[in-house]
Amino acid sequence: MANSLEAKSVTKIYQTDTGVTRAVDSVSLTVQNGEFVALVGPSGSGKTSLLAMLATLLSPSEGEIIIAGQSLMEMSDRERTRFRREKIGFTFQANNLVSYLTALENVELMLRLNGKYDRAGRERARELLARLGLGDQLNNLPRQLSGGQQQGVAIARALIHDPALVLADEPTASLDTERAYQVVQTFANLIHEQNRAGIMVTHDLRMTAFADRVVQMMDGKIRRVIDDHEEITGFSRGTLSSAPPEPRAPRLVPRLAPS
Amino acid sequence: MLPIYLSFKEMWRNQGRFLLFSLVIALITVLVLFIAALADGLGNGNREYIEKLNADLIVYKSDVALSITASQLGREKLLGVSRVPGVTDAGQVSFSSTVVRYQGAKELNVSLIGVGPGKPGEPPVVQGRGLQDRQAKEAIIDRNVALTTGLRVGDNLTIKSIQGAKEKLYTLKVVGISDGRQFFLQPSVIVPDLTFEQIKPGAVPTGNASDLISNIIVVQLQHPSQWKQMESVLASQVSGIQAVDKVTAYENTPGYAAQQSTLGTQQFFSLLIGVLVIGGFFQIQMLQKVPQIGMLKAVGASSPVIALSALAQIVMVTVIGVAIGTAATLLMALTFPATIPIVFSPMAIVLGVVSILLIGPLGGLVSIRYALRVEPLTALGLSS
Repeated sequence: MANSLEAKSVTKIYQTDTGVTRAVDSVSLTVQNGEFVALVGPSGSGKTSLLAMLATLLSPSEGEIIIAGQSLMEMSDRERTRFRREKIGFTFQANNLVSYLTALENVELMLRLNGKYDRAGRERARELLARLGLGDQLNNLPRQLSGGQQQGVAIARALIHDPALVLADEPTASLDTERAYQVVQTFANLIHEQNRAGIMVTHDLRMTAFADRVVQMMDGKIRRVIDDHEEITGFSRGTLSSAPPEPRAPRLVPRLAPS
Repeated sequence: MLPIYLSFKEMWRNQGRFLLFSLVIALITVLVLFIAALADGLGNGNREYIEKLNADLIVYKSDVALSITASQLGREKLLGVSRVPGVTDAGQVSFSSTVVRYQGAKELNVSLIGVGPGKPGEPPVVQGRGLQDRQAKEAIIDRNVALTTGLRVGDNLTIKSIQGAKEKLYTLKVVGISDGRQFFLQPSVIVPDLTFEQIKPGAVPTGNASDLISNIIVVQLQHPSQWKQMESVLASQVSGIQAVDKVTAYENTPGYAAQQSTLGTQQFFSLLIGVLVIGGFFQIQMLQKVPQIGMLKAVGASSPVIALSALAQIVMVTVIGVAIGTAATLLMALTFPATIPIVFSPMAIVLGVVSILLIGPLGGLVSIRYALRVEPLTALGLSS
């Protein structure tokens, strides 16, 4: 399988009043098409900073990131915005959807942003939402949808424009266990079916059960990589975990220029 | 198209909120247009007679700072002015304030204006005929007097005049009705100059036309475009006078400049309040949308899309508000009696509307700038 993502010795250094902090420290990571990777770790482990760099929202201090064969390092801000729009799918922990657009319009938004809003695209958006069990919610606004349904719409939006890499930041944070399992399972299935590369950041170790690989971070470094199915199952049940979940807290990062 | 799509969808799905704000802009529009109309109306009440004069220059006594009431010009000045080459005609005009009694005991304060029949200063009539004789007991009333009193051509009107310590009543025949010719914020009754001398308050008539003293002399020129040069020519050839154009004349009528600057200031502050209200509304709304804007930027919406979307929304809300406000103002204007000093001139309406249409985007600039500074990182819960 071809690599959709290659991160080579990626480092992120923050200058703070108290000195230098290496939020991400020489992380190397490869994700292939059709592979679903769970990125876990306690608060402050660097996983969100790593996700932000993979999403082109942050620039690495050192190292190189290549997505779909293109190095992010040589891109201007404008090129990064365009690259993010075309090649990356995104779901977030909260504020995932545009509040004044319906479920269908939220998914179609990515088509409009990419200039691919045509009959075929609209049909694909409907099919994708139906595949996610939202066929009867197409014209509902986000406030009329449950948390799980909103995540479903966000997943559809992340996939509709054929991205090379799909990133999910704590997609189950506000869901109950049953819905969380449904969302992650559907997400993993679609990643596999559509042969995309997917990375999910999560605190909930149970959600790693659907991952092909689990990357555990600690203090900005990769502490452990688990790619054996049985080991992943054990990790997700907590029997392998040596890093119990911790509450997530906002992190300080430098201000970026507007994109 | 995407920015307009986003801004339209947001407005459509939040109609109540945006309509409410459009109504706020509509109220600002009504306020601005009414102040403009009031400025026009009051200004009109002060300047209408002079502005509509069938003359090119107004002659005052020199050294009276263009005060009509202080200016006194005798017959010899009229003759002197009339003889200056380039002057085709000139007429004496006198002003006073008096009362018209009508329908029994009802009274109306009017400007009493004395003019030479057929001379510059006499307004054209829209009904009836003009003045014919310098001593005739006849009058032209302006449209406002006619509307208020109900007097028609052929009716008699009664002028109440205090002369000495006595109240005297003079009956004049209405021979014509002119369009609006207000002066000193009062509707006008125009009478022949010698009749004026007899009936004006405080009159001590001499009965001699050669002794007639007026406040101003109005002058028609052979080449009206040369009015600027003729001002100097008149002043140099006739001693003790000062000639000015009509605009200078009415701008120097008592209280006119102060009144207009007061209303102009009110209008300016109305627009300023509009900028602040519009700016405040969109800024508060923008603060509420920061997470959503961060998300949009994170999924690849460019800054121009975000900025244009915000701008399109501001423009749409402002246009709707201004349209509602203008329509409401014009509808309300239809219900006002003609005697209320409010005049909606097309120029004032266009200026007011354009001003408010411009203050919308101006007020929203801060919120647009704020939107551009939202970082896509906020979508990941990261803050700087």
